Amino acid sequence: MNARRFTVAGLLAILVAAPFLAPPYFLHLLIQILLWGFIYTAWSIMGRFGFVSLGHGAFVGVGAYVPALLWNYESVTPWIGIPLGVLLSVLLGLVIGYPCFRLKVVGHYFALVTLALGQVVMLSVVAARDITGGSLGFTPRAAGHSWYALQFPEKGYFYAIALALWLGGLAVWHLVDRGIGREALDAISEDEEAAAAVGIDVMREKLRVTVISAALTALGGAMLGHYLMYLNPETLSGIGVSLQIVFAAIIGGTYTMLGPTVGSWLTISLNEGLRVAFGTNFIGAANTIYGILLILAIIFMPRGIVGTLQSLGIRRPKPVPAE
Amino acid sequence: MMLSLAAVSAGYGSFRALFDVSLEVPAGEAVGVIGPNGAGKTTLMRVISGLIPLRGGALMLEGRSVGGLAAHRMVEQGIAHVPENRRLFPRLTVEDNLRIGAFIPQARRRYAQQLDQIYNLFPRLKERREQLAGTLSGGEQQMCAIGRALMSRPKLLLMDEPSAGLAPLVVAQVFDLVRRIRAEGLTVLIVEQNVQQVLEVVDRAYLLEVGTIKLTGTSAELKGNDLIRKAYMGL
Amino acid sequence: MDIYLLEAIINGLLLGGVLALLALGLNLIFGVIDVVWIAYADLVMCGMYVVYWLYAGLGWPLALACAVAIAGVAVLGILVHVLIIAPILGSAPINQLLATGGLLFFLQSFATLLFGTEFRNLGLRLPIIELGDIYVSSARLLAFAMALIGAVALYFFLRRTFIGTAIRAIAQDRDIVGLMGVDQRRIYLVTSAIGGALAGLAACLLALQYDVHPFIGNTFGPLIFMICVLGGLGDMIGGFIAAFIISQIISIGGYYSNTELSYVLAFTLFIVLMFVRPRGILVR
Repeated sequence: MNARRFTVAGLLAILVAAPFLAPPYFLHLLIQILLWGFIYTAWSIMGRFGFVSLGHGAFVGVGAYVPALLWNYESVTPWIGIPLGVLLSVLLGLVIGYPCFRLKVVGHYFALVTLALGQVVMLSVVAARDITGGSLGFTPRAAGHSWYALQFPEKGYFYAIALALWLGGLAVWHLVDRGIGREALDAISEDEEAAAAVGIDVMREKLRVTVISAALTALGGAMLGHYLMYLNPETLSGIGVSLQIVFAAIIGGTYTMLGPTVGSWLTISLNEGLRVAFGTNFIGAANTIYGILLILAIIFMPRGIVGTLQSLGIRRPKPVPAE
Repeated sequence: MMLSLAAVSAGYGSFRALFDVSLEVPAGEAVGVIGPNGAGKTTLMRVISGLIPLRGGALMLEGRSVGGLAAHRMVEQGIAHVPENRRLFPRLTVEDNLRIGAFIPQARRRYAQQLDQIYNLFPRLKERREQLAGTLSGGEQQMCAIGRALMSRPKLLLMDEPSAGLAPLVVAQVFDLVRRIRAEGLTVLIVEQNVQQVLEVVDRAYLLEVGTIKLTGTSAELKGNDLIRKAYMGL
Repeated sequence: MDIYLLEAIINGLLLGGVLALLALGLNLIFGVIDVVWIAYADLVMCGMYVVYWLYAGLGWPLALACAVAIAGVAVLGILVHVLIIAPILGSAPINQLLATGGLLFFLQSFATLLFGTEFRNLGLRLPIIELGDIYVSSARLLAFAMALIGAVALYFFLRRTFIGTAIRAIAQDRDIVGLMGVDQRRIYLVTSAIGGALAGLAACLLALQYDVHPFIGNTFGPLIFMICVLGGLGDMIGGFIAAFIISQIISIGGYYSNTELSYVLAFTLFIVLMFVRPRGILVR
């Protein structure tokens, strides 16, 4: 117990001290680890109950593009733009989720429908290239250091925001985990009809996690857009991104609170490490190894993967204490 | 001796279904296995045909040890299994079902002749050769399933509950068929719930209860046996 | 009728041919082995590179390059099954889907490593055929014809041969085929090889018309999945028909507005249709 508290305190201390001690490059990585960790955690709120979405890139994209477009074209402050993006993402999630859950579109079908959703968002952005810049990307109008525009050239501010978001995401995860909804969803994935017979509002529980997951993911996307000051449909909503979200969350551990964050840390560190090792000489070497590692992880981490991913009623998750 | 089992055990996962089962099927004879639901009769069939592995004991076909061979190997050895509930391929035609019965090389070579023979045996199947197997009546499905098994030109035919779910008239037809198959020299092992009918067809039988052989004897002996008469023939 | 619209319809038809071929391959694998190869389009990409490398790089005759590509992707299909699918056949279906997703990453990055991200072209300049006032690319016409031939060949293979019948049977009842002397594992390998070969054929046909680059799979991969789900996952005929429906939507949509919008339309229609008929539009 003591050792655990000590490490947690130590880690928190490091996190808090980072912006003051770490060089900008590491801070840059850390911000992305936190933001993506936040997004992966958001995905896992759905994924842990067996709703494996291969289209979360849709929410990242919508969450990022809506405030950015409103800012550039209508000078609408992100303080309004971001909630609008979140709202739109939530609506999208409901529009897809409701029929899916109602008509029992699950498993392979659900995965592929969500994949189509991600494609719709990405292609829509590219199609509207006159407004969004299409595949060439979109740059939010720079406003220097401004709370109104939520832009801060100094990394420290963004670090604080990223840290706050990440902690907030963990808190939401924890609430979902401990809440009555979690037991309901476990029951639903075990035996949906029995759960309904007991009075569990199956539809409401499913939609609730969908809404939470979509909203948080959109929020993360918005922050990413603001931090990187560059949006691109492929890197935000492409099939690669959606797959990446799933992988990182799974490899880190979908059932645990910190699992997805660990996945974020692993993937980003790995990518950076390989990039540094191989440099720009071997473009693609890093991701090649990443791909192999992913395959190996899925094959050889059966406890980690199968245990953390429900196959819709076949396996029951064992309650894991939050770390 | 066509088939012999010596102290065979088998089961599913941690559940044991057969305990030290020994039985013999002489070549050219028809042998029955009777017993209540859950006795392990289907498990017995599946062990013999290789669908589930042996957990102990020996399985010999014509003196050769075949325990541990996978199901598709068993077919090459000459064992054909008509599964419980027929298990035809519903969206394949009758002829396709028969064709797949002749998958193994030695049957493939004689496919045309074999098909002719089966159609002679089952004229009704020939009428319905292009019909989807799932749309056949119960009796026709049974004919098709038996025909499919015979397409592999087996030495030993295993039949799992051939009368299940069939009307009495059809059941009689099925057992007639078994007699005819036997007359052609095929060795048959039948697992059956319908004790009355099966004892009319087989030379000898075994009583399987809770995974062990409780009784064995010629069909005449068993027909006269009090236990059998009371418990299984309702007399 | 507006001549350009007619052209669009014809082009849609021709495009549908290759898409249909890929849908057949994906459905075959799903119907038999119950797994969706997320990286299927990237197998096609590999085939395209093989053709490019042999023909444009080493100067081999085109027909030979194509034959090698088809065989090569067939072997790749077997490797995918043996190395990635078979080890996890028993685990949750979603794992198999995700493992092939990892393959997607691998193939795309490996291709980047080998060939860089530039677009490569075979450098073929096949003539444009003039039919009245309509212009049709002969490359496209050839691709369509070959795709149809491939589909017909597949049909007869599945219908008339013993192995083909076994493949159809195993899709309907996996456990019992052993009783007919069919080795399940062997059938899986054959199916994977055929799926790969179909992808290889599609690769040759696409290489005639388009440039190849490592991420080309992303352009039609999701489209193929959508087509297959629309026709009913595992339903070969459904997928075949759905391919032509979708390609018409894209082609005609592209005529009335821009290409991406027509894709958006197609995908949105897909999502909508999923809710009207979750099991596929040809529920039988």
